[in-house]
Amino acid sequence: MDFLNAIIVLFNFTVIPALAYGSQLALGAIFVTLIYAVLRFANFATGDMMSFGTMFAVILTYYFQSLGFGLGVLPTALLTIPFAILMMILYMLIIDKFVFSYYRLKKSPPVQFAMVSVGVMFVTQALIRIIIGPSDRRFLDGEKFIIKATEFKEMTGLAEGITLKSTQAITIIVTLIVVSIMFWFLNRTKTGTSMRAYSDNEDLALLSGIDPKRVVLITWIIAGILATIGGVLYGLDKSYRPFVYFNNMLPIFAAAIVGGIGNPFGAFLGGYVIAFAEIFVTYAYKRFISYLLPEHLEPDSLLQLLSTDYKFAVSFSILVIVLLIRPSGIFKGKVI
Amino acid sequence: MRNYKNVIAAYSIMIFLIILVGIFQSWSIALTILNYCLISAVMTIGANIQWGYAGLINFGIMGYTALGGLAVVLVSVEPVKKAWQVGGLNILACIWIIVAIIFVVKFILNRFNKSKLRNYSVASVILGGIILLRITAAPGIEAIESVDPAKTGFLGGMGLPVLLSWIFGALLAGSLAFVIGKIALGLRADYLAIATLLIAEIIVSIIKHEEWLARGVKNVIGLKRPAPYEIDLQTSEWFINLVTKFNSSKLNLINSIVDKQEALNQMVIDASSVYVKLCFTGLFLTVVIILLIVTQKALYSPWGRKMRAIRDNEEAASAMGKNIVKEHLLIFILGSAIVGLAGAMMVTNDGLFTPGSYRPMRYTFVIWVMVIVGGTGNNFGAILGGFVVWFLWVEAAPIALFLINLFTSHLPETNAVRVHLIESAPYFRFLVIGMGLLLIMRYRPQGIIPEKIIKQ
Repeated sequence: MDFLNAIIVLFNFTVIPALAYGSQLALGAIFVTLIYAVLRFANFATGDMMSFGTMFAVILTYYFQSLGFGLGVLPTALLTIPFAILMMILYMLIIDKFVFSYYRLKKSPPVQFAMVSVGVMFVTQALIRIIIGPSDRRFLDGEKFIIKATEFKEMTGLAEGITLKSTQAITIIVTLIVVSIMFWFLNRTKTGTSMRAYSDNEDLALLSGIDPKRVVLITWIIAGILATIGGVLYGLDKSYRPFVYFNNMLPIFAAAIVGGIGNPFGAFLGGYVIAFAEIFVTYAYKRFISYLLPEHLEPDSLLQLLSTDYKFAVSFSILVIVLLIRPSGIFKGKVI
Repeated sequence: MRNYKNVIAAYSIMIFLIILVGIFQSWSIALTILNYCLISAVMTIGANIQWGYAGLINFGIMGYTALGGLAVVLVSVEPVKKAWQVGGLNILACIWIIVAIIFVVKFILNRFNKSKLRNYSVASVILGGIILLRITAAPGIEAIESVDPAKTGFLGGMGLPVLLSWIFGALLAGSLAFVIGKIALGLRADYLAIATLLIAEIIVSIIKHEEWLARGVKNVIGLKRPAPYEIDLQTSEWFINLVTKFNSSKLNLINSIVDKQEALNQMVIDASSVYVKLCFTGLFLTVVIILLIVTQKALYSPWGRKMRAIRDNEEAASAMGKNIVKEHLLIFILGSAIVGLAGAMMVTNDGLFTPGSYRPMRYTFVIWVMVIVGGTGNNFGAILGGFVVWFLWVEAAPIALFLINLFTSHLPETNAVRVHLIESAPYFRFLVIGMGLLLIMRYRPQGIIPEKIIKQ
């Protein structure tokens, strides 16, 4: 019984949050990696683009709520995602037309692209703050929990309970659906194949008649979908605060590089690697161990490897280690 | 000579703008802006050495700035004797453990051939070391942090003059850059950018959360100053006489003695704040001028030509027998040390150390915008960039507010759009900086004052 309790403690406080957080990171990391593979630059505006998409979802959610639309037990935000994605894609295409396409035609070095994306980051941040302001916003409605700890305890008769928030379940399910559709698209359809060809070898792809404009367009569309969904899921799970999204860009970069930048599947797994590492290293194992050990051996300390203040530092250290030992990432650089 | 005319014109416009602020807002604000411009200029000189001379992209400027600030606390604050008594031994033991870990790891790496076993043993030594560190440090840290936590709760510094901390800050940042450079400089340009960005983030989070070191997010206030304090000035005879002398014509216009005394008091208060800021301006200006002369000499020396050669074509320079790894490391250390110096200057100017305020937006990306807008590879350009961008960063909000009021003046006071826009005026600075960067990158990629190659 104690063993079961220990497992449930671990599951409740580490595995479920890590899966949800990992899914959010994974979507962002695929976004980074896709831009890197096809357009060949590190996009420093990633976090703010995700925030921009989420902003539309938040505004539309408030609008729909005022009209009385809703999905019952599900959050209204799910209904607004398609509209937010449309706005996001529009914004990305405008940015690409007026900013990035010029440097693409000039074949500028990646560093220049990175600096330009810093400019885009500033502008996007300004727009977000001017439109919606920097304050903290919650836009979750509908049912909050799927399983509550007390219900679980009553059901099973165990001393520990599992809490499953609806946002966590939605995050994991939506991520799996979106990512499987995306991999199917990249690997099985003709357009997806042409994108992979373009990313593998641009010249050969041009020679075989692939239209570069179309590849770029489709990349931005997929990027818009991933950025908006990732951002909205994160906002539903925690809350929507613009500057948090900027900070999230850093673990997202870590996930993309750890997974092998340019490799979407690697980025997908990298998100979970970072999330699990962050949570496992900063989790206090006292309660877990106390179930496993006999009573007189119970530990006094929290048994925490690092305090939760260093959550981000953990993922960055992993990144630095990976860069040192294996710069191409865990899943080697098969470019999309 | 035409180039110099450009430079002089650009700087005159800048100084004219700052004087305008002095006339329309106040001289105190103008001098604050000028001081920050000078600090930004030091940072841009550092970043420009790395990016302009050698083409190294360092997004870790925030980390070195924070280290420079930490140096001010470590050098100038009086030591907290009680904290040293209760926990100093543990901290010293920890330093020895860290040194021991480094030596053991180095020994293993040098002694044994590359193998899985070696990797695992290095990993286990580091992991074991961290656990040992935590066990040794925990009681000491707890004891230190409980020494009068509202006021101290940290080890304090060495109690030396604050100006020494500027040098110490540069040394600290330089030595950190040595470690990071050893680790990360082999990476490709965009990987290097990301890695340095994240390492800086780690440094700041350590400074933020290790409260025994510099109180963390609880901030250290009331740091020493290399300039006189306002209160002392306001009571000293010579200063009041000086103010009276300067304002004698104004004072003579006032007839009643009471009013005269009141006006004089107000003038003394204003003048004391201006005087203190002028002292700082003088100090900062000296630093900027010394750095400018040194970097300018370096840029046009054989060493500078070598750096540019490495930047423009690594393979060719390597074929000529230049040691690229070594030169890159050297320039990485030099640039970071200058940024550390700027960080120390900034904390000295503010008189307080607030680790919570170090954000990559303000301390990394804005500095990069300064370098790119001003002109990469040209020290005059980089300094001008520091001035222009900092001026815009500070003055964007008032200017935006003015423009919003102008364009929405036909709308009623309570109009929702107008109220919303006025509330969001402070965020227009991001827009201005972002658009500025994008426009410069597009239409004048070399910056306002481009790099100038002197044929010798």
